[in-house]
Amino acid sequence: MLKKIEAIIREDKLNDVKDALNAIGIRGMNVFEIRGQGRQGGITLAGRSGTYQVDMLPKMQMNIILSEDNVDETIETILAAGRTGAAGDGLIFVYPVDEVVRIRTGERGHEAVMYPGDIDEKKGRGKAKVS
Amino acid sequence: MANLNTGDTAWLLVCCSLVLLMTPGLAFFYGGMVRRKNILSTLTLSYVFMALIGVQWLLFGYSLSFGKDIGGIIGGLNYLGFMNVGAAPNPEYSSSIPHQLFATYQMMFAVITPALITGAFVERIRFKSFLLFGIVWATLVYDPLCHWVWGAGGWLREMGVLDFAGGTVVHVAAGCSALAFAMVIGPRKGFGHIPLEPHNIPYTVLGAGLLWVGWFGFNGGSALAANGVAVNALLATNTSGAAAGLVWMLLSWLDGRPSTLGLVTGMVVGLAAVTPASGFVSPMAALVIGAVAAPISYYTIRFREQRGLDESLDVFACHGMASTWGMIATGLFASTAINPGGANGLFHGNPSQLGVQILATVVTMIFSFGVTYVVAKALNMSIGLKVGLHEEEVGLDISGHGERAYS
Repeated sequence: MLKKIEAIIREDKLNDVKDALNAIGIRGMNVFEIRGQGRQGGITLAGRSGTYQVDMLPKMQMNIILSEDNVDETIETILAAGRTGAAGDGLIFVYPVDEVVRIRTGERGHEAVMYPGDIDEKKGRGKAKVS
Repeated sequence: MANLNTGDTAWLLVCCSLVLLMTPGLAFFYGGMVRRKNILSTLTLSYVFMALIGVQWLLFGYSLSFGKDIGGIIGGLNYLGFMNVGAAPNPEYSSSIPHQLFATYQMMFAVITPALITGAFVERIRFKSFLLFGIVWATLVYDPLCHWVWGAGGWLREMGVLDFAGGTVVHVAAGCSALAFAMVIGPRKGFGHIPLEPHNIPYTVLGAGLLWVGWFGFNGGSALAANGVAVNALLATNTSGAAAGLVWMLLSWLDGRPSTLGLVTGMVVGLAAVTPASGFVSPMAALVIGAVAAPISYYTIRFREQRGLDESLDVFACHGMASTWGMIATGLFASTAINPGGANGLFHGNPSQLGVQILATVVTMIFSFGVTYVVAKALNMSIGLKVGLHEEEVGLDISGHGERAYS
């Protein structure tokens, strides 16, 4: 069973989270810049005269497709690397995924999200085909 | 030519370029403060005057401003198409440089002044209305006002007003016109609810730098000579900009953190404030002028925001009010020791100069505000000043110019 993790994290935590995920063997991911609001409540910026309030703040959304078995460990890793304790640390969403297809090889399903040296290989659950 | 002073001529030739460069500088100063979707529109609003006034001034603008006086109110048509404006000096204005050079230098002022007004109506102006407004304003406001203050026989000049480089003609006129226009066109969508943030503060910062450098030509060149008065004007300009920048930065700091945008805005305010005074007052007086100008403009912005008027880039606060103070300050600090061709102000034993300064400033305010209001209203009632809501939402670059600034 494949799952998608959407992790909305602080912009400046991107490298910390990426490195931590790579260390446990989660390699495949994509990232894009988003804006959002939540409990952080925006920030006060300095204008040319006085200050003003901005509600929507820049964050990073990290998308990871992975096997259900690896979701918990991945979430724990993101929490540890992405947390500062201040409001605005972000949120993680988990969704079911119907299908994954690798464009280069045509591999489908779990095979398509396996990488050499990845988390499944570390756990002895199989080796990625290198072609 | 036996009468030409090559030093004066060379300096003024350079000043033409310096002042011309201020229009692109202004374009980016403004452009950085609008949203991404309107950057091209905002740049175009300034740049277009290089083209529009480049033609208008040659054809008839110069003549109306500096031509043979009619009743103290306007110049005649004797310089139409720059006829009789050639290499020989015109002693009415300067005996040491070619008449054509004087006229060309003045053109650069006529270019940037309407460009200043554009800050009032960015992000929502209909381009066609703007072009019509531009030509009409240049002809009906700038040219007469220029004649009154600087033209031979102009009634304010005859009264002895001291406006070295355009406190009234440029900054007060632009500021009050901006106010009038903003009142007619109405606010941008979202004004007062969502923060309409600058999309590129570095552009604004760079623009401010170009403006400061160019201002040495704006004020320094207004001496119309390469002499001590020109140096005094240059130094006074520098000093006022520096003082105002520091004070604004301090005020910004007291409100939280010192913003870069605030620092450069303060600098521009100081430069605008000293413009009428620069060739008549000492550097120490310029220090005071800049330092006092900063809080005046700083709190005028706040006042405008509280009143809910979307005079978007604060032309009135930063140019109108700054130079109003500058004109008054000229009436206080002017000294014939600095410029024998000027006059003394209140602090040098001549209180009547202050009265002339205030009169000229008030006249400029009423005239520029009044004519602009009427013209804007007329345009608004006929073809409309503002674009449609959807066009405004999409952005003027796409809706008005069919372009994306950054693909």
